[in-house]
Amino acid sequence: MNTDLYHVSVYRFNPEVDKKPYMKNYQVKASDCKGVMVLDLLEAIKQHHDPTLSFRRSCGEGVCGSDGMNINGKNGLACITPLSDLEGKVIKLRPLLSFPVVRDLIVDLSQFYKQYESVQPYLQNDTMPAKENVQSYEERKVLDGLYECILCACCTSSCPSSWWNMDKFLGPSALLWACRFIMDSRDTETMARLEDLQGLYRLFRCRGVGMCRDVCPKGLNPTQAIHDIREKMLRDAV
Amino acid sequence: MPIQQQSFDVIIVGGGGAGLRAALQLSQANKRVAVISKVFPTRSHTVSAQGGINAALGNTDGRDDWRWHMYDTIVGSDYLGDQDAIEYMCQHAPEAVYELEHMGMPFSRNQQGKIYQRAFGGQTQDFGGDLVHRTCAAADRTGHALLHTLYQQNIKSKTIFFSEWYAVDLIQDEQQNVTGVLAIDIASGTLGVFSAQATVLATGGAGQIFYTTTNAYTNTGDGLGMVLRANLPLQDMEMWQFHPTGVLGAGVLITEAARGEGGYLINNKNERYMERYAPHLKDLSCRDVVSRCSMIEIREGRGVGSEGDHVLLKLDHLDAKVLNEKLPGIVALAKTFAGVDPSKEPIPVTPTCHYMMGGIPTDRFGQVVKLNAQGEDECVRGLYAAGECASVSVHGANRLGANSLLDIVVFGRSVGVAIISSLEQNKQQASPITEAQIEAASQRILRLRKTQEGEQVAHLRTVMQKIMQEHFGVFRTEEVMAEGLVQLKAVYQRVGHTKLSDTSQTFNTELIEALELENLILVAMASAELALARQESRGAHARIDFPNRDDENWFKHSLYYIDGKQGQRPVNMRPSMVDPFPLKERKY
Repeated sequence: MNTDLYHVSVYRFNPEVDKKPYMKNYQVKASDCKGVMVLDLLEAIKQHHDPTLSFRRSCGEGVCGSDGMNINGKNGLACITPLSDLEGKVIKLRPLLSFPVVRDLIVDLSQFYKQYESVQPYLQNDTMPAKENVQSYEERKVLDGLYECILCACCTSSCPSSWWNMDKFLGPSALLWACRFIMDSRDTETMARLEDLQGLYRLFRCRGVGMCRDVCPKGLNPTQAIHDIREKMLRDAV
Repeated sequence: MPIQQQSFDVIIVGGGGAGLRAALQLSQANKRVAVISKVFPTRSHTVSAQGGINAALGNTDGRDDWRWHMYDTIVGSDYLGDQDAIEYMCQHAPEAVYELEHMGMPFSRNQQGKIYQRAFGGQTQDFGGDLVHRTCAAADRTGHALLHTLYQQNIKSKTIFFSEWYAVDLIQDEQQNVTGVLAIDIASGTLGVFSAQATVLATGGAGQIFYTTTNAYTNTGDGLGMVLRANLPLQDMEMWQFHPTGVLGAGVLITEAARGEGGYLINNKNERYMERYAPHLKDLSCRDVVSRCSMIEIREGRGVGSEGDHVLLKLDHLDAKVLNEKLPGIVALAKTFAGVDPSKEPIPVTPTCHYMMGGIPTDRFGQVVKLNAQGEDECVRGLYAAGECASVSVHGANRLGANSLLDIVVFGRSVGVAIISSLEQNKQQASPITEAQIEAASQRILRLRKTQEGEQVAHLRTVMQKIMQEHFGVFRTEEVMAEGLVQLKAVYQRVGHTKLSDTSQTFNTELIEALELENLILVAMASAELALARQESRGAHARIDFPNRDDENWFKHSLYYIDGKQGQRPVNMRPSMVDPFPLKERKY
């Protein structure tokens, strides 16, 4: 790729003026980019080409989950996707697919948040000691890979089962959170949590496609978490 | 179109750690509480905190004492911290951490199954003795673990959220009491008035005044701008912390935990230079000290790289298990942003703007204070502040690492407690908001929506950031700062004439950035004016032309008002359980 000039094609849609979405091309000087990430490119477009371009961003370092988007066909976070990693002549930026577009690269995540809330993503345990709960090093280690989700929605947006049943299937992110509390040695509602995931859709619509794992910018593996929940259901014979 | 009004018991502006902790306290007491957050709460900057949260639990060393923690915090603050507030924070730290654990926060664990505690800068046993392990951690993602836990608890307690609503200005009655907030729904562009008996500002920091910062794009000092426009003062705004280990160029933070776990800084001679400057605590001296030493190395030609503009953080001698289990996040960040694998080579780092010690002055209960005609503290009715936007002040002139997460949960909670008791004592409703008051709060939006000619927001922001970067860095002098202030004043004038290219109602991010810039420039002006005024070196405020601390003239908080007027407040030296700690020279 010619690194002096970036050729970018960005999805644009403003419901107030546009009948339908379109792709708009920009040629952005590398020297206008403050850093080397896709987010720096978007900031450069906003500052030097078109202040009306809309996107979310906050931390700029891959922990807040604001800037999940579709980058050259694959979901990821703009702030930690280096421009140098992108192949092809033109960088194509689109909103996360399967969610309603609010404007440009901004999608409506209400349904995604509703799914998250529906798994009761908080510790449940009515009896607490005076100091901390004792949780062994090994018990805590089980939570590694489960608690780090940043709710960027890259996974759920990539999941074919979510596309077809967004309202009934919980999707990989919410299920990863469900798993995080099911596996927590301090939580007393494990059985109720497993029970809640029974049925044809909430958990069992996962077909093990694994797109969630492939796109997770934090390197997490919701497919495995879903598998582990199923195994626990069998073992604990809900 | 008439602006819709909604009424609550309490409004909280900001959905980071302080706001969410306050909201939780209030929701659990069945108060009707609304959190207004310009981002979905888990996107708030608390999420980026890495290293941990301090509490004298003694889980690693078998011994610790909140009084030692208090002493370290006071010395770290270079005595500008208020001792009543520091005492309260340190004494309540263990309780605050256990509470988080009970909420489900996934702390790392030691072999006994207790909360894992690591070493951090400026933390000692026995009032300045050996290093202590006081920093409770969830790997190097403590802020993420904390923020998500607090948000989840708020889901459980059914707090009402107005996500992606941006607070524009406070609404005040004739007596300057705060009766509510005007906010805009970012998605629809609709304005809304929120009235309440108590308003809590928990809007976080403002590191975006600098060109290179570890802070999020969203750290724009919104609450601070609101307070200044309400003719209330800001305090100690000259005190900006430069973190010793921001990744060169990108400014991304590498946690102090990297040094707490055994990493250290080296110069171009491969020398571990902190041993020379601070033989006792070395690389785990306070951040202001380490940042100054790094800058001296760079200025004296011992910096690394073709420009000699940085130093190196060496971690490759650490056990792979330590890196993978205790610092997995920074291993990833170093690879992404510095292109180095820290298990094999050192990370290029440089002191980087990180934290605002100053802010909205409050008392120990989080109630915002102003000076009355006699120069005494007087509470502003209806207004509270907590977290980075507040200056309670527990950090004084320099914050200890891992005291910020502690600050937000301790004072988030205490604000909640104070409001509950105030609501119970005072049952009367806040006075109704008038059309004129709403109009006063809407001025900025109205101007932006009708201005046809003017300058572009993003460009002006960059100009301001570069001025602050060049003129108000780690080392300061009268000459350089005065020149910076002249330039800054010119930008301040220009910010009053910004123009929007984007005239849409729907998710107009340019409008929000224009409003944010108006807050940023006020914060920058306050910081610059107070930095120029304080003729001494204390904590993070290091002046080459006044290299010593001057307790006789400057042992006091500085205040700044929107009209440029300045004032002072005494430092609180009245802790309630212990004797005050007298001023001494700081040595590490």
